[in-house]
Amino acid sequence: MSERLSAADVAKVARMARLNISAADVERYTQQLDGMLDHFADIDNLQLADVQPMTQPFPLVNVLRADVEQPCLDREEVLGAAPAAEQGRFRVPPSGGEDE
Amino acid sequence: MSNFSTATSIAHNVASGAQSAVSIVEEHLQRITQREEEVHAFNLVTSAEARERAADIDARIARGENVGPLAGVPIALKDNMCTRGVPTTCSSKILEGWKPPYNATVVDKLFAAGAVFVGKTNLDEFAMGSSTENSAFGPTRNPLDTSRVPGGSSGGSAAAVAAGFAAVSLGSDTGGSIRQPAALCGVVGVKPTYGLVSRYGLVAFASSLDQIGPFSHSVADAALLTEVIAGHDPMDSTSIPKPAPSLVSVLGRGVEGMRIGRVADLPEGADADVLARLDAAFIALEKAGATIVDVKLPSLSYALTAYYLIAPAEASSNLARYDGVRYGNRVAANDMNTMYADTRAAGFGDEVKRRIMLGTYALSAGYYDAYYGKALKVRRLISNDFAAAYANADVILTPTSPTVAFPFGAKTDDPLTMYLCDIFTIPTNLAGHPAMSVPFGTGQANMPVGVQILAPTLGEEAMFKVAAVLESAA
Repeated sequence: MSERLSAADVAKVARMARLNISAADVERYTQQLDGMLDHFADIDNLQLADVQPMTQPFPLVNVLRADVEQPCLDREEVLGAAPAAEQGRFRVPPSGGEDE
Repeated sequence: MSNFSTATSIAHNVASGAQSAVSIVEEHLQRITQREEEVHAFNLVTSAEARERAADIDARIARGENVGPLAGVPIALKDNMCTRGVPTTCSSKILEGWKPPYNATVVDKLFAAGAVFVGKTNLDEFAMGSSTENSAFGPTRNPLDTSRVPGGSSGGSAAAVAAGFAAVSLGSDTGGSIRQPAALCGVVGVKPTYGLVSRYGLVAFASSLDQIGPFSHSVADAALLTEVIAGHDPMDSTSIPKPAPSLVSVLGRGVEGMRIGRVADLPEGADADVLARLDAAFIALEKAGATIVDVKLPSLSYALTAYYLIAPAEASSNLARYDGVRYGNRVAANDMNTMYADTRAAGFGDEVKRRIMLGTYALSAGYYDAYYGKALKVRRLISNDFAAAYANADVILTPTSPTVAFPFGAKTDDPLTMYLCDIFTIPTNLAGHPAMSVPFGTGQANMPVGVQILAPTLGEEAMFKVAAVLESAA
């Protein structure tokens, strides 16, 4: 197996993806993801310079409508499904870190 | 075809008064009572709601009302489709207990057509897997042999139909998640053209690939259900602005004069028993008046790589919303970043984390062009290959799955081994085309084999005509 990515790469990816994973998990994921990237190297030698990327099966157009009030989700029902809500809003801990 | 009643016959009998919706639903709930503990097709069985709904349908029929084309038909829904006030978990701990504040469009459509919901079915967490072994709530077992997997990710929906718990069910298919479990459980499974069925209310995995479709005992039931759930929806910006196609009416038309594509350069990997059934399917269609033509799809062997870069990339973005703020579960912490990272670490299972990290890596600065960007170009090559092939063929036939249903644990050690289950189903999703799996005899260990019919964009009519002929020849 080649070393396409290191444990440090995987730890960085986990941070970017906001996943708090253990050092043992970093090792395991590194091995697994490295194996996958090895397999994915099968497209490395394809001549793709003149190929247009395809992001969607069909070209997309923006969906627009008149700017008028329409029925929407019930506020209480939506907030009722949240882990924490207060005064009609979602409640979250402070980004700087204080008591919740 | 199995001995269980079809949706078509149930709807006919209920609408005509020959059978009551209540008696039909009791029959299905009784089978659930008898075998659900062993099969584990459901995350939730909604017995009380089903009984209430069936009684309401009987009352409306007694008043002379037309209750719709699925009158009294018991249906199961994959647990990644939103049902207002009814838990929708995606088989993930992160959404355990969450009750959506709205219905998916397909749910409203089925309700309006007179269907009776019997429960929410198990899946690989967030539809990531090919065996339903990745569910946070335990695996589903194949009703035909409970030592084997039902396939995935819609394994619960396939098993629910195969076990007679529901006459029909809905699944979602991102890389084969309807067709592969249909093949492994011996039922019909359809992935419609991307955009034919609204994705509004389907919990997103990979938005440019996901599509909802039916499982059923018969091709006619699959056609009926596709007609009911298809059609334009302004709530889905990728919905095709066309009315639902008429499919039931084409079923008796045969395949006389049709050109059936055989892939000359089919990627290796299918077992001999599966390939033998594919050969038999070509012979059956030739006998029915179709012509077999060789087509080439040279980029097909790169589809797995393109898919397993594109789908995780989209998933890493879609699953960013599970952060413990608006819905689902939260691990409490004193600051927001720790709350996010602890919530997601505790809430997601192993495979979901792996794909989020793979996708995040493929999209990250310095690697975007080498992985995600390149995969999008390979996707274009595959689409171009199909376009060339469909100039000479009306549909293409391949195996659905390279193997019959495999024993539990057989492919869980190495993620790549599991990914190879999808080798024949993935290309369709990348192109956005329709495809379906039809049971066509048995292979090893007397387990069912599915034949896959692929068609070009909005080619459902041709696909269903071929499916009907294969069903009668099976």
